[in-house]
Amino acid sequence: MTLLFQLLVNGLIVGALYGVVAMSFVLIYKASRIVNFAQGEFLLIGAWTCWWLLTSWQLPFWIGFPITLVFMLVFGIVLQVVVLRPMIGEPIISVIMVTIGLSIVFQAAMKWMFGVFAKPFPPIFAHATMDIFGLQVQTVYVVSLGISILIMAGFGWFFKYSRLGLAMRATAFDQQVAQSLGISVRQMFAMSWAISAMVSAVAGVTVGVVNGVSSALSFFGIKVFPAVILGGLDSVIGAVVGGLIVGVLENVAHYLDSQWLNWGNMYEIAPFYVLIAILMIKPYGLFGTKDIERV
Amino acid sequence: MANVSIIPSGDFKTSYGTDTTIFPTRTSRNFAILGVVLLLACPAFMDRYWLSLLIQIGYLGIAALGLNILVGFTGQISIGHSAFFGFGAFASAWLNNRWGVPVALAIPLAGVLTTGVGLIFGVPAARLKGLYLAIATLAAQYILQDFFGRADWFTGGSAGTIAEPLTVFGFAFDTDERYFYVVLVAMVVMYILGTNLMRTRDGRALVAVRDHYLSAEIMGINLTKYRTMSFGISAFYAGIGGALYAHYLQFVSVENFTILFSIQFLGMIIIGGLGSIMGTLMGTAFMVLLPELMQALSKMVSGTAIDVALNLRENIAFLREMSVGIVIILFLVFEPDGLAHRWKQIKAYWKLYPFSH
Repeated sequence: MTLLFQLLVNGLIVGALYGVVAMSFVLIYKASRIVNFAQGEFLLIGAWTCWWLLTSWQLPFWIGFPITLVFMLVFGIVLQVVVLRPMIGEPIISVIMVTIGLSIVFQAAMKWMFGVFAKPFPPIFAHATMDIFGLQVQTVYVVSLGISILIMAGFGWFFKYSRLGLAMRATAFDQQVAQSLGISVRQMFAMSWAISAMVSAVAGVTVGVVNGVSSALSFFGIKVFPAVILGGLDSVIGAVVGGLIVGVLENVAHYLDSQWLNWGNMYEIAPFYVLIAILMIKPYGLFGTKDIERV
Repeated sequence: MANVSIIPSGDFKTSYGTDTTIFPTRTSRNFAILGVVLLLACPAFMDRYWLSLLIQIGYLGIAALGLNILVGFTGQISIGHSAFFGFGAFASAWLNNRWGVPVALAIPLAGVLTTGVGLIFGVPAARLKGLYLAIATLAAQYILQDFFGRADWFTGGSAGTIAEPLTVFGFAFDTDERYFYVVLVAMVVMYILGTNLMRTRDGRALVAVRDHYLSAEIMGINLTKYRTMSFGISAFYAGIGGALYAHYLQFVSVENFTILFSIQFLGMIIIGGLGSIMGTLMGTAFMVLLPELMQALSKMVSGTAIDVALNLRENIAFLREMSVGIVIILFLVFEPDGLAHRWKQIKAYWKLYPFSH
């Protein structure tokens, strides 16, 4: 029973991270209708950048981390302007393929630059694990849970009250109307990529600190799909809920599997079975807009 | 106009039949036959290495044609093609090893089995479009990949499985020179089948579904049927290609059929041209020769400052991987219609030469 409880807590913490990544995925989708298959590579690039600053330049974490975020901000804007902007108006398969192509390029480039083996972060917190209600939890996870909640709250505030956030919501709602109200749609697209890249990098660094940085990180980008489909592709709240559910689900599946089924590998695969099931039953997810044409 | 030798510079078609001929002129037909004859002679003068590349183009080209029928002609997206390719490879080896089916029969049977799997995944896929379909096939890729790793009885698990070479009446096609002919025959047959499929009622229905599914439905085309069918056909081609691959290498390993391989298939048809049968072959050739090109390039700069700075010798694998992604992006941005379109433009230029305007 303790094991199950431990797994549930782990699931919630990892799920919160999925939620954060899913949220940044949804942000891009909402703003520019682009499905970003390279979301996982944002985590990867962010984590490697931070790792490189911390090890090669010996910067303390509180300097290296903000530099990483600034870098990812610029990176997101450049990526959108150089690669994605020419794709506006192209058919959906082309746009999907471009982001898939980007993900291959980034992954290979990261392997090229940093090698294929996982590399640990230098220790950041004095105590690696914490004791909460008798459960051993990684300090980083607790901090990451805090950060995740902070980011989610930040997103909530940003879209509800800030000028830029409102402009972005307007763009997502109707590009033409937004443009006629004086909002630069181009800038909004670029901003959405920048914010998405930055937020993903936070998740990437967090996971990197726990598990070490390696190209396995980019699998987060794939795990995001069950989360966003579950929550509804264009719902930010749905992304968070979907992320949490997927996080818990994979841990529970892992538990069931290790106790009774012994199929192995359920931790990785269970979300995909769920994904197919949801696509069959409720393709617009829990919170998504129901505008899918059924045939 | 089927009996003229050069294309007239204008449209003089008088029947629907002339619009759907495979070869518009005598010359183009003769050139196609000449091409096949030249290929038949290849083993006589080509060395092993080039021959193996041609064989690769052959079996990958068959599988890629299946994907092009699905993506290019029906407008469905699949990011799980390599899983079907792998399923065909394992199925053929399994039929031969477990049930003693002769290889010559196991290859088409593997195609049929893969069609079954394709239809299973095609049924949910027939209800989805565009991006949702892309995500569903992505899930299919991971589920099948996981199945390969788990099903020891079928795939031999992590150890992989042995596939016997193809033997017909005691004659074993076990060298590159011999196997080349098997792949060539299979490829010509499958490509003629594919071309003819597109000239039939069913083929036109697929294109109608792609171009405007609502209009197609109003015209009385059963969308679910044709979408599912397209998945089945695509899986059949993938299965045949995979089976040929298995009996060529005579060993199938679980790790090969990754998402990257699926993306390479998509790259082939994008580079060649979506909805073009000849383009599929061009794209496959491009994708197979790309690593060779990268190798040649890295050899050219070896020893220079670039080589030392990038440490090319050890990282050539990553360079190849990267080149796949870069080529896909470049083609999509600068030549979205692929090599087939470029080829058409060259032909049109010469057709109207010297008065191209």
